[in-house]
Amino acid sequence: MSEFCAAEVQKGDTSRIVAIGGAVTEILFALGLGDRVVAVDQTSRYPAAASRKPDVGYSRALSPEGVLSIGPSLILAAEGAGPRSTLDVLEQASVPVVLIPEAHDKAGVLAKIAAVAQAVGEQEKGRVLAAEVAADFAALEDMVKALPSRPRAVFVLSASGGAAVVGGSDTSADAIFRLACVTNAMAAIKGFKPALDEAAMSAEPDAVVVMKGGGQVLDADTVFSLPAFAGTPAARERRLVTMPGSFLLGFGPRTPRAARDLAAALHPGARLPELPPRQWAAEKDQ
Amino acid sequence: MTVEHVTMAAPAEIASGRPVRAGLILFALLAGAAVIGALAIGPFTIAPGRVLTILWAALTGDAAPGVALRERIVVLDVRLPRAVVGALTGAGTAVAGAVMQGVFRNPLADPGLVGVAPGAALAAVAFVVFGAPLAMLLPAPLQALGLPLAAFAGGLGTTLVIARLAARDGRTQVATLLFAGLALGALASAGTGVMVFLASEQQTREFLFWTLGSLGGATWLKAALAAPFVLGLLVASVFLARGLDALALGEAEAFHAGVSVERLKRGAVIAVAAGVGASVAATGVVGFIGLVVPHLARLVVGPSHRVLLPASALLGVAVLLGADILARMIAAPAELPLGVVTALVGAPFFLWLLLRRRAFVG
Repeated sequence: MSEFCAAEVQKGDTSRIVAIGGAVTEILFALGLGDRVVAVDQTSRYPAAASRKPDVGYSRALSPEGVLSIGPSLILAAEGAGPRSTLDVLEQASVPVVLIPEAHDKAGVLAKIAAVAQAVGEQEKGRVLAAEVAADFAALEDMVKALPSRPRAVFVLSASGGAAVVGGSDTSADAIFRLACVTNAMAAIKGFKPALDEAAMSAEPDAVVVMKGGGQVLDADTVFSLPAFAGTPAARERRLVTMPGSFLLGFGPRTPRAARDLAAALHPGARLPELPPRQWAAEKDQ
Repeated sequence: MTVEHVTMAAPAEIASGRPVRAGLILFALLAGAAVIGALAIGPFTIAPGRVLTILWAALTGDAAPGVALRERIVVLDVRLPRAVVGALTGAGTAVAGAVMQGVFRNPLADPGLVGVAPGAALAAVAFVVFGAPLAMLLPAPLQALGLPLAAFAGGLGTTLVIARLAARDGRTQVATLLFAGLALGALASAGTGVMVFLASEQQTREFLFWTLGSLGGATWLKAALAAPFVLGLLVASVFLARGLDALALGEAEAFHAGVSVERLKRGAVIAVAAGVGASVAATGVVGFIGLVVPHLARLVVGPSHRVLLPASALLGVAVLLGADILARMIAAPAELPLGVVTALVGAPFFLWLLLRRRAFVG
């Protein structure tokens, strides 16, 4: 009898969740399970209620005792969380760890929602959320398809020491550009790398995209005084798009909105409709 | 001149034996307190009495009454291996620093001079960037050891190359050792730069965290693998002490006192490389212990290596475990990198030492 009870608890106890990864946290809150989240990692910044939870730090350097001290009943983590030794300790302490696969496209976002919902035993809520997000993706596709032009843009991650670190192909920045029907002017580079000034100039970007959050903001003066952008159309028109990092690159439920906002910012002439309001996307500026 | 005579002339022996012994006892007490603290203090609150119950039950093999599974795991599988790895790293790094300062006859020497840390860092970053497919070839329980093993091989290999370069006709020039160490260290850092360029954002961060050191990944397996090399260094230091004392007076003097200076230097470099290589492999780079702890120990017990080396080992344990308690508690439930704590405490202290020394000389 007691064994049966233990198994029951182990299988079903989702009352104290540690959420690792911005998208995982967002999905849990979007499912209405925010009050079960007892701690988050440092990338979980949305919604504001999540960023007020205890912070277990960098997802790849989790402290075994730190995580256990929260008294978790379930760890929901984006793929890549670790180190292995911490996951082993959690497993020994019979705290289930569910890893959510990371992906940067529509199917990937929907799969994350399904995986999180399944892990917490809320498949029905998961289906509702996934349907809303799928509808947002469909609406996004319709509106960007109708856009007359395909602007060229560069994502700048940082600009320390006068060199711009840009998002090349195979990055989350490249993926959100693709969703917004924006051409990545730096697709010749793979990963986030410092760009050669001349390469950035000859790429002729129409705009530069940067993110804010985590205490750093690149402003237009800094970006356009970089030699990399001297004389480019972006610098002439001073077209800089600033968006919150976890919104732009998080690949959670708000991704269609991020892509829509990015497309709208890069097509100042076109009037893009807003996506339907959703309760889980109501907070602004995160 | 007898050997007794030479060591008698070493400045430490001028001081009477009693403060030296008191210093050693003090350091032993500090080390003991740090071990107890490492087992009793942490973000997961467990009453000290329960910690004792758990340890006692584990020793005797009895079931501990009324102890939750998580408490048992926190004490036996998190804090205990962590304390063991921390004690090994602290003792090994501090003794290595004291030995290197003796060999180079320079208070600024640390194990980094013979290329252990840069070599280990290059191998570690190369493993982070290219090693994942390699690790897949290992059996599952060993996969987590890919990075430590690579770091150990990189550190030891770099030091052996440096020692080989500095040896000529069976003699090791200390100056050449120093320059070869600098050159190869720079080369290894350049290689590390290339790897960082090739790395993804995630890999760069992973490597950055490794260079800041942590006891967070300490396991019994890592402790068991590091222990023979660190204990080897500690045992070797017992045999090196007399020679290092003689060397303090100069190479020629040491030679005339019957010390095989070449064997001493070679033995010291190899023992240090193995001990520090194993420590770095287990915890990443934990800075400033190797530089600061021997200085602090010297202030209390004097410069004679026969007491300085064991004193450094004990104080190394105390400082490293003390720093780790801070690393665990300050940002709980997250963890501050250990190297950040040791540098935050170590660097100002080192500066104070420097100014104090200048006040003495000037």
